[in-house]
Amino acid sequence: MRSETHSGAGVALDLVGLSKNYGKNGVVKSVDLSIKPGEFVTLLGPSGSGKTTTLSMIAGFTPATAGEILLGGESISSRPPHRRNIGVVFQNYALFPHMTASENIAFPLKRRKMTRAQIKEKVGLALDLVHLREFGDRYPKQLSGGQQQRVALARAVVFDPPILLMDEPLGALDKKLRDSLQGEIRRIHRELGVTIMLVTHDQEEALTLSDRIAVFNEGRIEQCDTGETLYRRPASRFVANFLGESNIFTGPAEDIGNEAVVAIGDSRVRVERTDAPIGVSASFLLRPEVCRVGASNCTNASDGCSLPGVVADLVYLGATRRLEIDVPGHGRITVREPAVTGDQLRRGDDVTISWDFGAATLLPDAQSSAERELATPALT
Amino acid sequence: MSRIAPSRFLLAVWAAIVFVWIVAPIVVVTIVSFTSAGSFVFPPPGWSLQWYENFFQNAKWYNAFLNSLQTATIVMVLATVLGTIAALGLHRSKSRRLVAGIQSIILLPTVVPAVVAGIGMYSMFLQWRISGTVLGFVLAHVVLVLPFVVISVTSSLQSLDRSLEQAAASCGAPPVTTFMLVTLRIILPGVATGALLAFLGSFNETLVSIFLASPLQTTLPVQMYSSVARDSDPTIAAASALASGVTVALFLAVIAVRITRSKKNAV
Amino acid sequence: MTLTADVDGRHSSDARPNGEGESSSRPKHRRRLPSDWLWLALPALAMITVLFAWPTFEALRRGFTDFQAPQVGGFDNFTWFLGESVNVTILVRTLVTGVAITIGCLLIAYPYAYLITVAKPMWRTVLLGVVLVQFCSSPVALTFAWVILLQDNGPVDQLGRSLGLEQLQLSGSVPGATIAMIQAMLPFMVLPLYATMSRIDMSLVRAAHTLGARPAVAFLKVYFPLSIPGVLAGSLLVFVISLGFYVTPDLLGSPNQVLLSQFLYTQISTLLSWGRGGAIAAVMIVATAVLLLAGRRFVGPAITSLGTDSRES
Repeated sequence: MRSETHSGAGVALDLVGLSKNYGKNGVVKSVDLSIKPGEFVTLLGPSGSGKTTTLSMIAGFTPATAGEILLGGESISSRPPHRRNIGVVFQNYALFPHMTASENIAFPLKRRKMTRAQIKEKVGLALDLVHLREFGDRYPKQLSGGQQQRVALARAVVFDPPILLMDEPLGALDKKLRDSLQGEIRRIHRELGVTIMLVTHDQEEALTLSDRIAVFNEGRIEQCDTGETLYRRPASRFVANFLGESNIFTGPAEDIGNEAVVAIGDSRVRVERTDAPIGVSASFLLRPEVCRVGASNCTNASDGCSLPGVVADLVYLGATRRLEIDVPGHGRITVREPAVTGDQLRRGDDVTISWDFGAATLLPDAQSSAERELATPALT
Repeated sequence: MSRIAPSRFLLAVWAAIVFVWIVAPIVVVTIVSFTSAGSFVFPPPGWSLQWYENFFQNAKWYNAFLNSLQTATIVMVLATVLGTIAALGLHRSKSRRLVAGIQSIILLPTVVPAVVAGIGMYSMFLQWRISGTVLGFVLAHVVLVLPFVVISVTSSLQSLDRSLEQAAASCGAPPVTTFMLVTLRIILPGVATGALLAFLGSFNETLVSIFLASPLQTTLPVQMYSSVARDSDPTIAAASALASGVTVALFLAVIAVRITRSKKNAV
Repeated sequence: MTLTADVDGRHSSDARPNGEGESSSRPKHRRRLPSDWLWLALPALAMITVLFAWPTFEALRRGFTDFQAPQVGGFDNFTWFLGESVNVTILVRTLVTGVAITIGCLLIAYPYAYLITVAKPMWRTVLLGVVLVQFCSSPVALTFAWVILLQDNGPVDQLGRSLGLEQLQLSGSVPGATIAMIQAMLPFMVLPLYATMSRIDMSLVRAAHTLGARPAVAFLKVYFPLSIPGVLAGSLLVFVISLGFYVTPDLLGSPNQVLLSQFLYTQISTLLSWGRGGAIAAVMIVATAVLLLAGRRFVGPAITSLGTDSRES
């Protein structure tokens, strides 16, 4: 464990067609994923989506039904967990209750037959890394939740693993602790340069920590991209709905070269083309914060990038305000905008919603990648 | 109990009465064991250690006592080992139905009426010619205390977090090492309790031992039983006091160890 | 959600396995084969089967094969046992005594167990501990103690006389033995009761209070019903075990009013009537089995409660 920054201290991780079935029940369905050395990738998804099982297979706790796991190019699929040399951080810390913090951290080093002096030095460095130098002699019971998780972190990195797996490591902590530990994890990632794969259902955590996020749904990766790409250009409705708030419109569509025109109620909306195919109908996404709301008949809107609506609800949130607006031909949408003191809107007012042309994202019509005929572009 | 409601007070009184009721017999016996009289008259007219002297000097008492200690020790080791690995096997196994079935069989000795078990084992051991031998006692006692060891270790296993073993594996510990350094340490309280129950269960086992005993080979409880039925000398009181003393002492020892360990860690 | 999705997948947080574990993994991927673990239980299982189950079965079998005049074959031993009124009296007396012991235990143990649940940890250890110590103690020592207590002119007798009762002939009588047996069985009632009571959510009782129920009513309508599984478990256990109890009835009971266990002992040990003894044993086993099967939902937790609580103390 080095305290200077190292890129390349971590190795690449490749999952090729990784699957897990329980009887006929497919929990992980042929997952492909490539993680670059030193990259921080989060597996994000709802409960039961297969992300924890995937991590468990990489760690070796669950045998895979099919597929390959390659660490630094080498297949580790047939190796038992104690020979994979992978650091794991568990949600409930999994600290050995009968050992002190130092003994916990020393545990993996003893398995690797280091000298006592070496062990002592490395344990000290690990405790320093997580800022717990004086707590080495305490038992887990005598440590707070946050401290325990830091010890768990130290134990997982002390033996310089090429890759670190984290299973909802902050799930058991309260918000403040979570935020501070997130900072710790980011710092450790930078200092060590180790490849990290984290599993969580918390999108904010995913966005805060990761270089890329793999969104899981029903055993498959829907999309694997940077947070920004996932947010702005979601590849499916599922991803659009899972990350952030979304307003998704669907209507009869026309393909006009590099644009699509979708009919919503009596309006015609122009949307920039993406890879998504256009059938008889098409869907597009408008994030709440890209919309602007003005009184009806406002002439600011550029053609094809506006919709009429009626204000259904209005909530003042200090810096912003949230409006629920009923759009004819669609339904209720959510709009968030900076609170403008001059603009007095009330429930029942007729308004016009407008946005910049590129802010609307075309989505595939199907609900998720599972339903699409095109393959999910999950490889980098 | 910050406010003492009348109902709470009555409950406490009741509990105190029950407590005294439970403890009284042993206290009474211990008092009588120091009597100077030759009968069980209570309260004793005077004090003397003669019955304790008699206990240790009289061959039949002393030998029975040693036999009991010896048998109980062997039974403790055997039953603890077998019971612990059985509990482990049952806990880890996937086949739920098989596990349930095997558990039912292993728990049989707790529910079969003691006297029926006694005649059963007596009959078999007679045929096998091990009735009245140390082997016979050991085998019979092990079988009778095994369920308690299994129950005790199982309950400890159920509180063992699987992720601890996974963590050990991820740190590079092969399965055997994980077992020795992590699993075993954490289930130690359950194993210790099981061992205690095994020792005391054998040391105090009466009914089946009555069947299996012979004039040459007997255990302390059997000796005590014949004494109550036949004699009226208070050596039996000394014996009872000693037997109870052993029980209580071991109990307190295990509790003391547990308390000191739990002060520093969660186990 | 934790990584407890193990080889067996039973605790998988992400999956709901259909069958009993995965079926198609390549052996190379597994750390250990599932069936391996069960083998660990084999020595214990073998011992219990060979040294306990089989001998018991053999003893029962002899009820059908060993005969002495006037019984000659078939079910004769059973008709002898259940036919003669003397024998039936013994059986009935045993059952009645068993019921008396069970009720006595229940009345004594219920408040005691309740107090354990609400007591401070230190007191809890003491109250529970003393019950556990008795659980492990010598039945002879306990019985002998009652012999002293119940003897003529003994403490209980003196107490009775000071209260105005005439001489209590408790030693050498069934009631005397019953009292001692109630104490002997107490742990078997307290532990299952405690196990159930400690799991009762007291906020339910408090909710009843807020809804206007007097404490007595709240207890009857909310707490007691919730404690019934423990009551049944303990009662079942006590009754079943009291059937087979020998030492106490023999030393404290009356030779003229024997209980079934004494009767059985006499048949085997003194009279060597294995056939008749087998029949008696068979009846006892059947009675026990019927009761346990009827209450099997409670029996399992009852027996395991013996393990959990010794861990807590």
